[in-house]
Amino acid sequence: MALRQCAIYGKGGIGKSTTTQNLVSALAELGNNVMIVGCDPKADSTRLILHAKAQTTIMSLAAEAGSVEDLELEDVLKAGYRGIKCVESGGPEPGVGCAGRGVITAINFLEEEGAYDDELDFVFYDVLGDVVCGGFAMPIRENKAQEIYIVCSGEMMAMYAANNIAKGIVKYANSGSVRLAGLICNSRETAREDELISALAAKIGTTMIHFVPRDNVVQRAEIRRMTVIEYEPAAKQAEEYRQLATKIRDNKNFVIPTPITMDELEELMMEFGIIDDVDESIVGKTAAEEAIA
Amino acid sequence: MAALTKEETEALIQEVLEIYPAQAKKDRAKHLAVNDQSLEKSNKCITSNRKSQPGVMTIRGCAYAGSKGVVWGPIKDMIHISHGPVGCGQYSRAGRRNYYVGTTGINTFGTMNFTSDFTEKDIVFGGDKKLAKIMTEIEQLFPLNKGISIQSECPIGLIGDDIEAVAKKANKEIGKPVVPVRCEGFRGVSQSLGHHIANDAIRDWVLENRDGDESFPTTPYDVAVIGDYNIGGDAWASRTLLEEMGLRVVAQWSGDGTIAEMEKTPKVKLNLIHCYRSMNYIARHMEEKYKIPWIEYNFFGPTKIAESLRKIAALFDETIQAGAEKVIAKYQAEYDAVIAKYKPRLQGKRVMLYVGGLRPRHVIGAYEDLGMEVVGTGYEFGHNDDYDRTIKEMGNATLIYDDVTGYEFEEFVKRVQPDLIGSGIKEKYIFQKMGIPFRQMHSWDYSGPYHGYDGFAIFARDMDMTLNNPCWKQVKVPWKTDDTSKVAVAAGA
Repeated sequence: MALRQCAIYGKGGIGKSTTTQNLVSALAELGNNVMIVGCDPKADSTRLILHAKAQTTIMSLAAEAGSVEDLELEDVLKAGYRGIKCVESGGPEPGVGCAGRGVITAINFLEEEGAYDDELDFVFYDVLGDVVCGGFAMPIRENKAQEIYIVCSGEMMAMYAANNIAKGIVKYANSGSVRLAGLICNSRETAREDELISALAAKIGTTMIHFVPRDNVVQRAEIRRMTVIEYEPAAKQAEEYRQLATKIRDNKNFVIPTPITMDELEELMMEFGIIDDVDESIVGKTAAEEAIA
Repeated sequence: MAALTKEETEALIQEVLEIYPAQAKKDRAKHLAVNDQSLEKSNKCITSNRKSQPGVMTIRGCAYAGSKGVVWGPIKDMIHISHGPVGCGQYSRAGRRNYYVGTTGINTFGTMNFTSDFTEKDIVFGGDKKLAKIMTEIEQLFPLNKGISIQSECPIGLIGDDIEAVAKKANKEIGKPVVPVRCEGFRGVSQSLGHHIANDAIRDWVLENRDGDESFPTTPYDVAVIGDYNIGGDAWASRTLLEEMGLRVVAQWSGDGTIAEMEKTPKVKLNLIHCYRSMNYIARHMEEKYKIPWIEYNFFGPTKIAESLRKIAALFDETIQAGAEKVIAKYQAEYDAVIAKYKPRLQGKRVMLYVGGLRPRHVIGAYEDLGMEVVGTGYEFGHNDDYDRTIKEMGNATLIYDDVTGYEFEEFVKRVQPDLIGSGIKEKYIFQKMGIPFRQMHSWDYSGPYHGYDGFAIFARDMDMTLNNPCWKQVKVPWKTDDTSKVAVAAGA
């Protein structure tokens, strides 16, 4: 099987890293060789696989050694649960330097050092929530991830972010082979959430590949720096992640997305009762002003 | 060849523009003009200080070049850190011929390259810590430095390093001025914005250092020379004249200059501006804040020198006015002899210029003193106030070209066929291969000084030895053969 490279995007705090690590664990359970590339200076994309606080990152090792050219692959690549290969690009503290450049440097290093070997079945890039600059779009450039999964929920801002990410994918899809492969709904238990995300997915030309329900076992496992798959394999939630993994393994629905306008998005949310019909007369009015009127 | 008429020059511009695509043609048309002395404002005929068109050969620099290379670099007793990757500092190291007195590496540092040598990790993690460490090391290794400036290269602005905070901290630690300059190369359209940014940094981080300190004994005759970069010793040849007329030159900005001189400048009575383009900002600031008047002067060629000396003297008392006359008289025999020797050899020769800050207009008088005529001129990075000052200096129907492209300049030269071109190193060999005598007018072609009476003698000699060099007779160019068909080809090209 040819190597499949997938990138996980989505609004900050939506659960990308947790979902990715559980999903990857399930894929490993199914007998796949998988690598996770964390593309976030927080370096929390591999902790559940490695049972570590935070993996030592490519960029911090490079800073120590002098330059990235001084590193060897084995310095940065750690194997965790079921042999899952883990690497974190790393980057600066908030407010200094250029995190985007860190991602670019790290991925270039992995490619040059041959981290993407023939035995791998999947690579997952777990990317910082907001694609704030070119660096965070690195994983979806030519010859890198071909499949993008967007993690979202029924909350307005999560959907807004998903649509924006779809816009970013269009730019790269037109010039390369990157495609949108589906929305993963990480439930926040909002009303009619699965229908809403399915409807959004249909509008932007894809599908909701799986609805991951909310379950406290995820947090219990996290406290132990473990995935649910490893911590409690028999849990119902583990089965959900297995289903997600199977669906992704068998997924053939790769599309150039058709992101929708802000108006269309608002209409969709009105349809599902997330927001009321926009009454232009209340725009910009404070509660006090409304009380007088 | 006879001078072009107004109509012919206009037709020439149209013809040269013809090759461009519509959009570029429209843009470039605004930057090319036929001089008309009756105009008061240059914006009636020329647009300047705009972004260069993609695809053309422009010889402009960047904001870093304007700050580090021009304004700050010559301050000899400070260490100027090229903050960022190694190339900007290394490839501009000692690139301008700002002469200075001192022991390099001990108490002066003008021709050395100090750089933070950024690598990937500095970009990703930020360079502030490295910058702080560099300054500590500078203090240990070069304890006689009088201050540090931080010249930002492009990445500094992109990654958002807080060099101001680092500078403030270092200033407290080493007790010397530490000046952060935000002259990232991508800012603005040319080196011109770099001059402005550098001036602003002087205003914000240097000029106030001695406010309220009256310990420096002043005289009524204190002046500062602003905007003389001492190329080949220019500032020295200028300073002599000012001192001989009775003025006290307190500061030289910035050729052979020091940070102490800059700090004392707010105490002077008058600021004398040579390169208006690169330092008018600080002169205007001192006028506003310290009520120090400023005037422009021109020390190229005896006519302009005498004019300038008298103009400066008029702002002082009779002692200085008499001093000016004395200086002019003292050197008269010398410059008359220079003119007597070289004018017959240069009379009627036509010159085209394309240079930087002040020279496209300031050297015209020196050529005219030698009987030569400047038939085309232009600025790399001038603004309209420069062109305002140029219109009256140039003859009617001469060519004015702003940010001229390689193509335009060559075509103009082919048609105008000047006897001499004065421009930079990038133009030199093209025109020499076309068989046209050429002088570098940025570096004085490794000669100089050209300022002052001493400089004029060297200027005249250099122009003569270039223009009348027998080597040009060995170069076969189409329009100097007897074959008229080739002339037509060249002219029509």
